[in-house]
Amino acid sequence: MSAIEIRGVRKIYRRYGRRRQFATLKSALLSGRIMRDLQPDETFEALKGVSFDVAAGKTFGIIGRNGSGKSTMLKLIAGIGRPTEGTVRVEGRVSALIELGAGFHPEISGRENVYINGMMLGLTKREMAARFDDIVRFAELEEFIDAPVKTYSSGMYMRLGFAVAIHVDPDVLLVDEVLAVGDEAFTHKCLDKFAELRRRGRTVLLVTHSLDLVKRFCDEALWLDGGVAKAQGDPQRVVDAYLMAVAKTENEELAASDVGRATAPHRAGATGAPPEGPPAPHAVEAPPDMFRAVEGRWGSREVEIVGVDLVGPEGQPSHVFQSGDPLEIRLRVHPSEPVRDFVFGVGIFNADGVCCYGTNTHIEGAVSGELASDGEVTFAIERLDLVDGTYKLDVAVHRENGVPYDYHRLLYTFRVKSSLKEAGIFRPPHRWRFSGGIRISGPQ
Amino acid sequence: MLANLQHLFRYRGLIQSLVARELKARYRGSVLGFFWSFVNPLLLLLIYSFVFTVVLPGVHPPELEPFALFMFCGILPWTWFSSSLLESSNVLIAGGNLIRKVLFPAEVLPIVTVFAGLVHFCLGLPILAGFLIYYRVPVHTTDLLWFPVIVLVQLVLTLGLGMFVAALTVHFRDVRDLLANLLTLWFFATPIIYPLSQAPPNVQRLLSLNPFTHLAVAYQEVLFRPGPFTGWPRLLAVGGASVVVFLAGYFVFDRLRDTLAEEV
Repeated sequence: MSAIEIRGVRKIYRRYGRRRQFATLKSALLSGRIMRDLQPDETFEALKGVSFDVAAGKTFGIIGRNGSGKSTMLKLIAGIGRPTEGTVRVEGRVSALIELGAGFHPEISGRENVYINGMMLGLTKREMAARFDDIVRFAELEEFIDAPVKTYSSGMYMRLGFAVAIHVDPDVLLVDEVLAVGDEAFTHKCLDKFAELRRRGRTVLLVTHSLDLVKRFCDEALWLDGGVAKAQGDPQRVVDAYLMAVAKTENEELAASDVGRATAPHRAGATGAPPEGPPAPHAVEAPPDMFRAVEGRWGSREVEIVGVDLVGPEGQPSHVFQSGDPLEIRLRVHPSEPVRDFVFGVGIFNADGVCCYGTNTHIEGAVSGELASDGEVTFAIERLDLVDGTYKLDVAVHRENGVPYDYHRLLYTFRVKSSLKEAGIFRPPHRWRFSGGIRISGPQ
Repeated sequence: MLANLQHLFRYRGLIQSLVARELKARYRGSVLGFFWSFVNPLLLLLIYSFVFTVVLPGVHPPELEPFALFMFCGILPWTWFSSSLLESSNVLIAGGNLIRKVLFPAEVLPIVTVFAGLVHFCLGLPILAGFLIYYRVPVHTTDLLWFPVIVLVQLVLTLGLGMFVAALTVHFRDVRDLLANLLTLWFFATPIIYPLSQAPPNVQRLLSLNPFTHLAVAYQEVLFRPGPFTGWPRLLAVGGASVVVFLAGYFVFDRLRDTLAEEV
């Protein structure tokens, strides 16, 4: 039996243009266009025909980017809005954690607000009286419950709102990204409460950006993108599909910004010879960037770096890498005439502009012979042990004394992903060992 | 619509608590607190007494002495009526957060406003009773039985209009300003500070199209004028009309319900 049944739901929001905002009843009446003013100027389709079922007693997660229609879906299920097309059927009492404490009146005490909030959620006064003590204990507000709500801190306010909503004991609980309302301990309490609801066979629908939560808690997940259901089913599979799509778009965005930036210096009139080769068509539209002031390309161009590729473990050029994966930086170089004095260099910078690592062939003892014709230089990193973040790359070819042939400053961006959110820059390969009276499980 | 109306009945506990909250919150932080519910009508009475007995003595017929008391019989219910409508026009916008975020019947909000006004009205009654006793106005006990009926008719009428303006204001914000002026006109088109009998006959006919005319006259007859209450057929007719207004107001509200959450 399904607790929630969504069939072909479309939701079209109306957007009113300028005219509507300044139109008033008076002007509408005067010009007799009251009906026309009530017609929307344009529409926005937040949900484009979504169908799914949530089985009773299951915990169901909805993920997706901002603006994908998650919250709209939640509101429709809560009954706050109605679908433009399709049907929404929900079995049993619904309680929605959409905005905590939305109904609180600042001037009256927490006690009265708890009663009123509960009754708004559909309980009777007697039912509220039976739950009151539990609610106050859960919110940890025993001392302040008789003070006016306006004196509460925002954390207290949220906790009280959460406590009321969750004690309504709904058959179906809808949660919209509200778990970040308290300290660690309170978040754990909330999760415990969800687990308890689950044990008692209640249906929970979770809209969240915390993929971890979906993987850990949900029996099933749905991925919405642009108002369309992209994937549904096993949470691990859905989350991975979502992550892959996010990485792909990021990759495309970064690739697009590289093209724009690498060609920018031509226009800026870098030192040395005029640019050779056709300038990229979108050179003039190089996006403004925080690195702009320090980036660029310069050098005499007797040797030119004509292409830079970042190659991941699959052997394909990419811009997103997993921490710990191998990475190859490949430079294609083109000398306009043979040179005998040349050094290749590479530098990696993090988003704060800190140099994470920099080296060149001269520092490492290589002695240049001759660079006569086109070639490829590969800087192979066996393990990319950087922490999660965005990085920029310097590549250069210059003389031993430092005079550059071609220097590309922070022109290439790549992203390092890691499931761990460690601090710092560098992740040395490491392991934990414990001995003596320490019992611990987890990190390997 | 009728199913929704039935559904609404389940929320009476909420309405009750919200009315209590409304009253408590209103005077929170003021020195006199609840006492303002008495003081407000009393001050209003003083103002009208000053105008009509000191500034303009003798414009009213002599059988209507004390004239201030006559006016008070109309002003007290009028204050309930007009303030309820004015507040109703604002109540959905003020409670916008609720409507967008919590699932509950939005008509609860204007209804609470009207009932809170009723409580203030009832708190003003002891003042009225005090003056009636002080001036030894003879009051028929059978007439007094009609009093709750008049209040009920006014309640139904105000609820219907309240829901109507509440829903309409969400779409047209200028209903609020329009309403304030309309209510001023309405006040003078109701025999409150003058007796109906003083108006020319053709104007009397015009005024009797105004439902509040009959309510005001009924209040005056039951509380102020001697003799048995004879206006009850008209009162019942207004009562019937009020039920129609209520249903019409609820119908409009119900039709606009789905757009409220998106528009406020």
